[in-house]
Amino acid sequence: MTLPLTRNGAPVSLRATGALRRRNNVERVVRLGLATAAFVSVVTTVLIVLSLLEPTVEFFQEISVKEFFTTTRWAPLFKPASFGVWPIVTGTLWVAVIAIIVAVPTGLGAAFYLSEYARPRVRKFVKPILELLAGVPTIVFGFFALTFVNPELVARWWPFGVSNQNFSALGAGLVTGIMIVPVVASLSEDAMSSVPDSLRQGALALGSSRREVCTKVVFPAAISGIVAAIVLAASRAVGETMIAVLASGSRANLSKDPSEPMQTMAGFIAQAGSGDVPTGSTEFKTIFAVGATLFFITFVLNMFSIRIVRRFRQVYE
Amino acid sequence: MSSTTVGELVGPSDLRAKDTGLKGIFDGTFRVLLYAALGLALGALALLMWRTYSEGSPALSLDLLSKPPSERPAKAGIEPGVWGTLIVTGVCAFLAIPTGVATALYLEQFAHKDRWYNRLLDVNIQNLAAVPSIVYGILGLAFIARGPLGWGPTVKTAGLILALLVLPTVIIASREAIRAVPSSLSAGSLALGATKWQTVRKQVLPSAIPGIATGSILAVSRAIGETAPLLLLGGLTFISANPTSLDDRYTTVPLLIFSYASSPKAELREIAAASIIMLMIIILFLNGIAIVIRNKFQRRW
Repeated sequence: MTLPLTRNGAPVSLRATGALRRRNNVERVVRLGLATAAFVSVVTTVLIVLSLLEPTVEFFQEISVKEFFTTTRWAPLFKPASFGVWPIVTGTLWVAVIAIIVAVPTGLGAAFYLSEYARPRVRKFVKPILELLAGVPTIVFGFFALTFVNPELVARWWPFGVSNQNFSALGAGLVTGIMIVPVVASLSEDAMSSVPDSLRQGALALGSSRREVCTKVVFPAAISGIVAAIVLAASRAVGETMIAVLASGSRANLSKDPSEPMQTMAGFIAQAGSGDVPTGSTEFKTIFAVGATLFFITFVLNMFSIRIVRRFRQVYE
Repeated sequence: MSSTTVGELVGPSDLRAKDTGLKGIFDGTFRVLLYAALGLALGALALLMWRTYSEGSPALSLDLLSKPPSERPAKAGIEPGVWGTLIVTGVCAFLAIPTGVATALYLEQFAHKDRWYNRLLDVNIQNLAAVPSIVYGILGLAFIARGPLGWGPTVKTAGLILALLVLPTVIIASREAIRAVPSSLSAGSLALGATKWQTVRKQVLPSAIPGIATGSILAVSRAIGETAPLLLLGGLTFISANPTSLDDRYTTVPLLIFSYASSPKAELREIAAASIIMLMIIILFLNGIAIVIRNKFQRRW
């Protein structure tokens, strides 16, 4: 198709007309529509930050930063109120650390098995079951921790005796650990699968066993992806709410004994926020101050994880 | 990889000889540990299901679905929660799926990947996917239930917040599905004179539908079970009427499970367990469909 550049000696514009122009307009509108949809997630982040920022700033006008981060009594809903965030931070850490201790070996073991040992048929059968574990709602895990893990496992087997049959940071942590196993397993397995086969073949040809391929070839090559998976799983554990609310207890408790009930940050937000808190009250602002702290911690963890993933992708793709 | 072949080649000085020593023990132990790890994960899932089933089966009956919540075990049910879950999840899916697919199309097909704002968008979505769900509850509390929008603790508030919560999941799954469509397909379409949008609509999107459907179903199934943000959005208040419009107050099945589970009465905990069984059946069903779609309909290129 050739376009005449002149008609009757006069130059003709090459600009689209008629159907062609309508088609171009459709393109432009569609593009704009799609970009607008993409913009929604930017707005979400901005709104999250804004929603946390203002009440948090107001909170710190009433309560000093020093009191918040250095004192050790958390009782914002009692009189006299005190606002030392430390007990719910350590409660959160207990739950998250226990969860990581459970999830890292379990998740990595499952990932090694699926990536290096399992035959395709077994893999095709086992992977969806692991994904199902990821699909179990957290409320269900919380119920399991409350009605089984705490009374039947922790209370019965904890060697030093427990103070409470139903609530413990240990039980909540163990179950949170099971919950995040699929996060560790699936992201680590992705990293392991992207290790080129030539490395495995080279190692096997030199007389390595499968174990040595796993520990000396695949693991070092996939380490950044594995670290990213663990960090992301930690972020999930830190922010986990329903298991903490149901099974970890609602009393802030700065303790060295993980079998005791402890409140976590997310647990506090859920507990304080589920009542009808008057807007603008100190209680209301406390929810946001704790929320901001939680968001900040998970944000740092997420960014760390995202950065590592990006770097490791560049290596093999 | 078969070492017998190597052994045969080398003759009597068998290369496998050293495997039977310490190394062989380590190899065996490692394998056992891997099985143990997988067994722990799958065993925990099985134990969770078995425990919930044995605890909930005495109270399990379809009557639960037609009785309102109550403090008295004989009268307690989850009817308004079932309707609440249906309508809230419906709103969520209606908002999240089109927005998520559109975002994925923009990022994969229209955006210049090297521009800083598109890279930022990408990182932003990955971060949003990992923001704790309770933080979305805070967002809803500050801007939607109260504050500028002031919608109150209603169905539309809950639906919108759940939509924002699952949006990153839909986007990430849809992007993967779109990325898996070979570029030869769209190159062919473009070479024949189709525009970008015509190519996307007639070639890319139809090929990516199974992957998008799988991701969307999983996102919806996550929304069904989500509890934490709704605690902050008034979902825990006692409701005995079914929601009929977007402006009604609501409760959902997970929220009712939470309030029954928090009760000290053993019979109410039984009802919580029975409700969990029903919730899990729905979620297993949705996960099953997602897996079937992925295995049967997704074309491998």
